[in-house]
Amino acid sequence: MTLTAQCAIVGVGQTVYTRGTDRSTLELHLEACRRALDDAGLTVADVDGVIPSSLAQGTVEDFIVNLGLRDLAFSTSVQLGGASLIASVQNACMAISTGVASCVLIPAGRRGYSGERVSTGKAVTAASMATVREFEFPLGNIGAAQWFAQAAQRHMHEFGTTSEQLGHVAVNSRANANLNERALMYGKPMTLADHQNSRMITSPFRLFDCSLESDGAGALVIVSAERGRDLRKPPVLISGVGISHSDSPTSITQKPHVAGVPAIGVAARRALGMAGMHVTDADCLIIHEGFTWYVIAALEALGVVGMGEGGPYVEEGHIRLDGRTPVNPHGGALSEAHVSGMNHIIEGVRQLRDEVEPARQVDGCENILVVNEGNFFDGAVLSLRRAS
Amino acid sequence: MREHPGGERGQLLRRCRPVLATCVMMPRPAPEPTSLTRGFWEAARRHELVVQRCTACRVYRHYPRVLCPDCHSADWQWTPVSGRGTIFTFTVTHRAFHPAWVDRVPYVCATIELDEGVRMVSDLPAEDTARAEIGMRVEVFFEEQPDDGATLPRFRLCENPPAYVVHE
Repeated sequence: MTLTAQCAIVGVGQTVYTRGTDRSTLELHLEACRRALDDAGLTVADVDGVIPSSLAQGTVEDFIVNLGLRDLAFSTSVQLGGASLIASVQNACMAISTGVASCVLIPAGRRGYSGERVSTGKAVTAASMATVREFEFPLGNIGAAQWFAQAAQRHMHEFGTTSEQLGHVAVNSRANANLNERALMYGKPMTLADHQNSRMITSPFRLFDCSLESDGAGALVIVSAERGRDLRKPPVLISGVGISHSDSPTSITQKPHVAGVPAIGVAARRALGMAGMHVTDADCLIIHEGFTWYVIAALEALGVVGMGEGGPYVEEGHIRLDGRTPVNPHGGALSEAHVSGMNHIIEGVRQLRDEVEPARQVDGCENILVVNEGNFFDGAVLSLRRAS
Repeated sequence: MREHPGGERGQLLRRCRPVLATCVMMPRPAPEPTSLTRGFWEAARRHELVVQRCTACRVYRHYPRVLCPDCHSADWQWTPVSGRGTIFTFTVTHRAFHPAWVDRVPYVCATIELDEGVRMVSDLPAEDTARAEIGMRVEVFFEEQPDDGATLPRFRLCENPPAYVVHE
């Protein structure tokens, strides 16, 4: 038995993305769930599985009581940090393919501006962070930006990657966000000079190397590929999905390869193997990026380029919409919103349904890879395919 | 290549002033030792730097784990280490991610590779901020925290480091 193209994403929904909200995380998740079910042409009566977001400390009971779910057949808790979302999709596919559930709802999102702000160190609450809290917080290594900055610094040291190259990632995301009315940075263009002049947060990361602190949520509805054929919108097939827990997931500082994210490569091999694809068959890459450097590291781990070649690759413009490997046509977490990677999967679905603004529609888009980073360099990769 | 502007500091202070007004000497976040890790902090209080060493296969390890990930032995001992190592990587942090560092930015937060092969994290003293580079030699020192808090093993650049700075 294989998961290849057994299941489909048939509904997506999201809240408005904001910087400032009075609504609770649960309220945001519930709105996204209702929109995703509407999008699919389904109702709560069809839902028999829910996978709450571990990142948002969601509980399945919250969804049962609020949505009035009467007979849930499946739920689980997924612990892969920021990569939990794609890992949840993997769980949904396993439950549906085996007949355990038939329709699984997956919400995710956060109050990254109004609640758990990463820049204040207050977002680090997961049990898996206990080691960092004990051995690194007292010594000043507190913010996610500092952890990834040290990885980027090592990358620069080993391969000569430059701040300007990081800037090209930021500028690409911003250019795409300016074609996307949902993006928080819509209408706010950025040049490479703007990036270079933005204030230093923690070297080598400047302000514009960091993803947005934003409020918002999204949700997915997953059913079998067969059932997906008869619903409101064209189904988007899950052609492959893979995860990898990496070495030393309790701190980046303990990684054998601080300057790389090899778990992304392992997860991608699993997903691509399932899909019967090579990474170059993907028409578009959607990479969940806390920081600009992560896009460069992911391109290398995926095998789009060799180790150390990611900086020059982005500098040469290959990740632009009209480039060889378009990356993040929605603007990503850097310029659309940071909602725990949910907006990245939603973008993949909308690209494959031809639902995005024509200016940022990737030409002839048939296959998309979505990449989640999480915990400390854990990886999850989702391969999506347009249904024929 | 790197910058050490002081410009952000004023902005941070303005942003954090309400916090400062109520707790001028904001302490660092304190470690909360467990039965597994307590020996590390007790040694630090005696100004000794120790890490776990597997009794069976002799491999040093840090951070503390119940089992040796190499041979799976549950037998280990706290073992003194040299307290000397090199900067494996670092970041110069200009924005305080915790109120305790509002008055200390910019500062270097470094990942140190000890000569025994294990890695630790430390912020470096202010006088090292403009000098730190990957590959530089560092040594441990111990800093008692106020109000009978933990003793923190911190690192600083060695006074006469050997001339093998790799970074440019």
